[in-house]
Amino acid sequence: MRTSFSGTGPDLPALPKVEAIVVGASAGGVEALLKIFRPLRKGFRLPIIAVLHLPDERRSLLADVFASNLAIPVKEADDKETIVPGTLYFAAPGYHLSIEADRTLSFSQEERVFHSRPSVDILFESAADAYDSRLAGVLLTGANNDGAHGMARIKEYGGLTVVQDPAQALARTMPDAALALHTPDFLLPLPDIGVLLVELERIAC
Amino acid sequence: MAHERNAEIELRLLIEAIYLKYSYDFRDYSGASVKRRVAHALRQFELKTISALQERVLHDPSAFMQLLQFLTIPVSEMFRDPGHFLAIRQEVVPILKTYPSLKIWIAGCSTGEEVYSMAIMLREEGLLERTIIYATDINPSSLEKAKQGIFSMENVRAYNENYLKAGGKRLFSEYYTAAYDYAIFDKTLRENVTFADHSLATDSVFSETHLISCRNVLIYFNKKLQDRAFGLFHDSLCHRGFLVLGSKETLEFSGYKDQFEPLVKQERIYRKS
Repeated sequence: MRTSFSGTGPDLPALPKVEAIVVGASAGGVEALLKIFRPLRKGFRLPIIAVLHLPDERRSLLADVFASNLAIPVKEADDKETIVPGTLYFAAPGYHLSIEADRTLSFSQEERVFHSRPSVDILFESAADAYDSRLAGVLLTGANNDGAHGMARIKEYGGLTVVQDPAQALARTMPDAALALHTPDFLLPLPDIGVLLVELERIAC
Repeated sequence: MAHERNAEIELRLLIEAIYLKYSYDFRDYSGASVKRRVAHALRQFELKTISALQERVLHDPSAFMQLLQFLTIPVSEMFRDPGHFLAIRQEVVPILKTYPSLKIWIAGCSTGEEVYSMAIMLREEGLLERTIIYATDINPSSLEKAKQGIFSMENVRAYNENYLKAGGKRLFSEYYTAAYDYAIFDKTLRENVTFADHSLATDSVFSETHLISCRNVLIYFNKKLQDRAFGLFHDSLCHRGFLVLGSKETLEFSGYKDQFEPLVKQERIYRKS
């Protein structure tokens, strides 16, 4: 497990080629997500699919907020939508978001997971099924245990896992829960996660 | 990973076996959700492999009925998305009032929450007495629950807020009798309701309906099956009939896009062109 990533220097670890990045966050997630996505420049070519726990409002402003703050295209996911590389998708409030084998997105209203719908576990586990080892999972700040099983699944299938350093997270329950289930490839502060995403894209595309 | 690939094969075989033996067709359901449902069922049946589950359900119809409870998703609430019901009341009901009699089809009615919501709204608008509601689902246990109209008091309290936001005109508590932890809904609400077993995947059309409500059912289907359902709805609706969907379901990406026009797009209310 590495605890820093600067993107330069002789000690640069070898990164795998991934086809998608999935991200999960809860309490404190908006600021954390903005921090890791800000370094992504226009023309970024990997798809990013994110679950951020929010109250069950029918209409979320999440995609709008991020679109006006980021250089990459952002949208709320639609059911049966085909994943387009370079786009950041947010799960819609009130629905679980899954990735299907044919790389489309699908919605469901199964039971809540750790009181959450959308659930990070459901997104991550379905993403691991769809992308196998060619997937990176990123788990950030949060005050519940959602996402830990999903991260373990990504790792089990040979994907890359990145957990925010709990000591620096606004709420450490979520990263701590993930660390209790598996040892991630990286345990990083937010700025390093941003640099890592840029590097993952450079290698993959 | 070898183990996982086995699971993919077993899942397809199970779905095929269910279709061949019981005519329940999950072959065109969205895969990720079905996979989770089956994994959940495996844990409840305390079985190690999907093959073992397949053997069980092939040879024991009661085990299949048990499995069906896991495969269908009975998550529902009354007046879910209140703005949707408010829009029906404001934009659709005035047109429905011009018909001497009405047929409404609630497709995938699950345990009945949508049915009672619709019936309450129709009663308040003076339409219930001249309406026949067909409430259909693939799950006989859900239909049985829907027929009984008994819901947990805890949930019903939460529905009260939805009811008010949906433009409810009376006290929600006038529609049920509280009995311990349960709310027993007024049985006259379902006097004109016909509950029936019907599958959007395998069965055919209902005739000449004025409004079809199918909410949070189509998300579980792949595009091909969604289009089959839209075809059924199109053929079942009368001239200028209404189709209402769940808040994240849309005709936009289907082959039937041009056969309907949005009436209240945001609330997923469409009208046959």
